[in-house]
Amino acid sequence: MSDSSDQSPSKVRGFTWTVGDHALLSDSDAWGEALVEAGRADPRIVTVTADLGETTRLQAFKRAFAERAINVGIAEQNLVAVAAGLAATGLIPVVCTYATFAVLRAAEFVRTDLGYGQRNVKLIGTLAGVAYGQGGPSHHAAEDLALLRAIPGLVILAPSDGYEMAAALRAAVAHEGPVYLRWGRGTERADPARRDRPFVIGPIEERHPGADVTVLAYGPTVQEAERAARRALSAGVSTRVLAVPTLAPLDRATILRAARETRRLITVEDHSIIGGLGSAVAETVARAGIAVRIAALGHRERFLPMGVPEDLMAIGGFDEDAIYEEILRICRVDPPAPDDDWEDR
Amino acid sequence: MRRYTVDAMVAALSSSEHRRLLAVSLRARERVVRAVFRSGSGHVGAALSQCDALVALYERHLRLDPARLDDPARDRFVLSKGHGGLGLAAVLVERGILTQGQLDSFGESASPIGMHMDHRKVAGIEAATGSLGHGLGIAVGMALGARVQRWSSRVYCLLSDGECYEGSTWEAALCASASKLRSLCAIVDRNRLTMDGWTEREVPLEPLADKWKSFGWRVLACDGHDFAALDECFARAKDDGPAVIIAETVKGKGVSFMENKPEWHYGAIDSAKLDEALASLRAQHDAETRALDARERGAS
Repeated sequence: MSDSSDQSPSKVRGFTWTVGDHALLSDSDAWGEALVEAGRADPRIVTVTADLGETTRLQAFKRAFAERAINVGIAEQNLVAVAAGLAATGLIPVVCTYATFAVLRAAEFVRTDLGYGQRNVKLIGTLAGVAYGQGGPSHHAAEDLALLRAIPGLVILAPSDGYEMAAALRAAVAHEGPVYLRWGRGTERADPARRDRPFVIGPIEERHPGADVTVLAYGPTVQEAERAARRALSAGVSTRVLAVPTLAPLDRATILRAARETRRLITVEDHSIIGGLGSAVAETVARAGIAVRIAALGHRERFLPMGVPEDLMAIGGFDEDAIYEEILRICRVDPPAPDDDWEDR
Repeated sequence: MRRYTVDAMVAALSSSEHRRLLAVSLRARERVVRAVFRSGSGHVGAALSQCDALVALYERHLRLDPARLDDPARDRFVLSKGHGGLGLAAVLVERGILTQGQLDSFGESASPIGMHMDHRKVAGIEAATGSLGHGLGIAVGMALGARVQRWSSRVYCLLSDGECYEGSTWEAALCASASKLRSLCAIVDRNRLTMDGWTEREVPLEPLADKWKSFGWRVLACDGHDFAALDECFARAKDDGPAVIIAETVKGKGVSFMENKPEWHYGAIDSAKLDEALASLRAQHDAETRALDARERGAS
């Protein structure tokens, strides 16, 4: 057996990463390590998974605390019910499976047992949006927030990179009550400068200053928006980028301030534009009676095909290029003339 | 209809204790029909079929101090068939966990004592149920939680036979046996009636005991209205689980005009019906007491 086969990402990490992702995975391991640290500090923390411990970063915890790591088998309704029961005994279950199964398959259990029951469970939905694009629509999760936002008392967090995910997990564990953490593929490039930032549940974070238009994003689209904002600056448009790592409770004050100050809002998300951030922002400004132009980028009333996530974000129209084009469109700015004198350089 | 019997019957229940349970059960049933009369409706059939199993559990086996309901090491009971809430409330009044005053508010708008009860609003309720097929998984989680924390708590869970149609019940059953949850005991209220009629005519559940057995459970079965048999089953289930007691019951048990009538799954009674129901309960109780007298005379 060759060394290369032993070192293949699929063998080491599970089957949901491609070779090209391998170099980025160390950042995404941050939350698995944070979970182990949290488990060491607090014996109440237990993990529960439905056969996806290997691909969802729970393995390190299991190695450290075998009797506090529970696998219920491929049974998501029971996954959530068992977590509710564990929480009823005073433990803090950290539950992890793919977002589409955690939320859609087990929806009524999440609503009734975690939401209505207000159980102190931390539900992590991984591979949200098209993060597992190759799996196709059965494995895409573009509806989880539409469902969960309607559940009273459920905190919804959507970190944008591995470090923020680790910090969000610490904040979720410290919070008393049910929390949903929406997580992607784990290959989002993390900025080392942001490694030790504490995560505070609630506030929106300004990632890029701007006065002409505001882009609101969460998860993997935050970095797409930041890049688009930098490009737009050279086209003469000043773009504010707001990261919304807490979808519930929503920081409405910051959204309304952006609406008043920039009068143009673009939401961008790897989720349906129905029920996600696009809806949340539109509801917020409409109820406040502020006249703004709004554009919503995200999954637009169709199922995206199978494909690698970067392609699907382009096909779906919520990648950097799409955001950049929307910034110019909403500000009625013509794109800069194409740089066609490259042959002369 | 097939009836399950307990093999190797042992008369662990004393005569006086048996009579006490019959009296508790009569009072609990009277509280149920009075509450249904007062509130205008309720799940009366389900409350009456489960009554004796819950009386046996709460009066004889569940280790619980009504003055310390938050004791972490207590035994826990999850009412998976949430529509049995009224029936449970009546038994909790008998056990001193709820008051009759609380039960009097049953069914009033915004009362915590309603069709389906919530652990956050009613001390003594362990989980908010109502949607079928949730309770056993929650009970499995509680048993796992007790194990992780090294408590000797036992966890009991009452399911309707209708809940054995829910896939999630079997997800939990599989998980319980895989986890070797010896402290877990489920009770199936096998009254054989769901909303639309007889289970065996609609979508047959039999052989139900074999299903549980094949899922790795210890299966005990008894007449769910026979206190001696119920007591025996609860005693044998202890720390040898996961065990399921299939309690063969009669929906509407104790009120002759409600017995085995699907239309009394949920219903309303007027004052004439109330008098008739109370008289019927009293008559059945007296008949059971006389039967006990006769058995004891025969035995002596």
